[in-house]
Amino acid sequence: MSDSGPGLPRPVIFSEECKGCGRCVEACPKKVLHLTGEVNAMGYPTAEYAGAGCVGCAFCFYNCPEPYAVEVHKEDE
Amino acid sequence: MIVRSQGFYPEFERKAGRKRTTHYCAGCGHGIIQKLIAEAMADLGIQDDTVFVSPVGCAAFCYYYLDCGNVAGPHGRAAAVASGLVRVIPDKIVVAYQGDGDLGAIGFNNAFQAANRGDGFAHFFVNNALYGMTGGQMAPTTLAGQKTTTSPYGRDVVSTGEPLKVCEVFDQLERPVYIERVSVADSKRIMKARKAIRKALEIQKEGKGYAFVEILSPCPTNMKADAMGAAAFVSEEMERAFPLRLFRDRSGEEPPRPIEVEARSIDDIVSADYEGDAIDDLPDVRERRYKFSGFGGQGILSLGLVIADAASEMGRHVSWFPSYGPEQRGGSASCSVVVSGREIGSPAIDHPDVLVAMNQPSLERFLPTVPPGGVAIYEESVPLEATAPEGVTVHPFPASRIAAENGAPKAANTALLGCLVELGLLDMPGEELRRALVRSFAAKPKLVEGNLAVFEAARGHARRELL
Repeated sequence: MSDSGPGLPRPVIFSEECKGCGRCVEACPKKVLHLTGEVNAMGYPTAEYAGAGCVGCAFCFYNCPEPYAVEVHKEDE
Repeated sequence: MIVRSQGFYPEFERKAGRKRTTHYCAGCGHGIIQKLIAEAMADLGIQDDTVFVSPVGCAAFCYYYLDCGNVAGPHGRAAAVASGLVRVIPDKIVVAYQGDGDLGAIGFNNAFQAANRGDGFAHFFVNNALYGMTGGQMAPTTLAGQKTTTSPYGRDVVSTGEPLKVCEVFDQLERPVYIERVSVADSKRIMKARKAIRKALEIQKEGKGYAFVEILSPCPTNMKADAMGAAAFVSEEMERAFPLRLFRDRSGEEPPRPIEVEARSIDDIVSADYEGDAIDDLPDVRERRYKFSGFGGQGILSLGLVIADAASEMGRHVSWFPSYGPEQRGGSASCSVVVSGREIGSPAIDHPDVLVAMNQPSLERFLPTVPPGGVAIYEESVPLEATAPEGVTVHPFPASRIAAENGAPKAANTALLGCLVELGLLDMPGEELRRALVRSFAAKPKLVEGNLAVFEAARGHARRELL
């Protein structure tokens, strides 16, 4: 998608650390996160980024109870 | 720029395998709160100077996660542990983290007293209105009508009390610098919580005093809801009992300073101003076990101390072990002194070689414990009703009379010291004991002369009458 290119903000979700609580999905003001039907090794459904529309607010990061399940990259290094 | 967790260990060593996840349930507030604390610690550059006190409960494993100094407190005692830490490491930053069952029930007094003293630590209070780890029981903070495993019909506040409003209670105290109640139920609230947590840690970095932040937190498992349902319960139900607000911010004021007291080491205080060196064994010195007994105020403990001091000056191994009741005066008192040429195994004495008894109860109590070959000396005015065990030499000695005749009626203990020297029961020259006696009155020089007179008179009497 055109707006997921370098330089644009985006969440990076580490699905093995995700517990599928859905807080990030609910918190996202742009509604560009959702829970997938797939489960990780622990058996949790995991969150996924739609691939476009992130504005870099990091609400997903701050709502996530896990230290290492999501990062927000505001520009590509 | 990447927004990611800071202040955590890169891997969590709690269990083999899943080293990048916590043990918290999906949607639990603890992880959100700890991310805020860890981030603030990292941003403020205080990780290496911070000791984090983990509680008992779901957050018991914080020390696996937060990359700073960590200790774990017993149930309810995180605040008490923090109160201790701020005293022993006053230049470090101390953080205590507790849940509402932990802080609000068993640990409330510790937390309350710490707040009242204004102990300099950041105190994070995670309130989810129930006991989490133990299975969702009613806590002091449980809402009126709230169903828990121990309030299955809903909390009856008439019989079990109202939800405990800890911020409101602490706000009655003078010393806290900062008190705020926040929530992590949604983004807007999390951002306020982030500020409050940061503020509490800044107050520590600046050494301003006690900062208390209550954080309303969802517990999906025990609230029997999904993550969003639990968050909604926090915002819609809990906030009615526990309104979010800044109760106090006195961080702009200069903190009051305690009275400066010169720091002295425990060695300074107990070693009477001289250092004990490691001492060699003295094979020629026989071990003697002394019991000095009477009532409190007769100078029993001092008598033992003078002998212990003299023996110590002569390079012998010594122990002095007092035993006394709660009364300052008049209760029974005794002390056990062991003087030996070898290291002393135990300072406690069941069978003294030498007993000194200054009143009747102590004579009756201890005389039967003296083994054959032992010696008992007692104040002559005490009627001897007990029978001395076989093989024990018993000497009545007019200690009180000698003391009175020499102008120091309170110095009967010193008279007994003179008697012990003269009978050769101390295995030390009289001059050593004379010096120790003088040292013992270093703080009361007016008493030296009278005591020395009693000491010499008692020696003379013992020489004439007992030898």
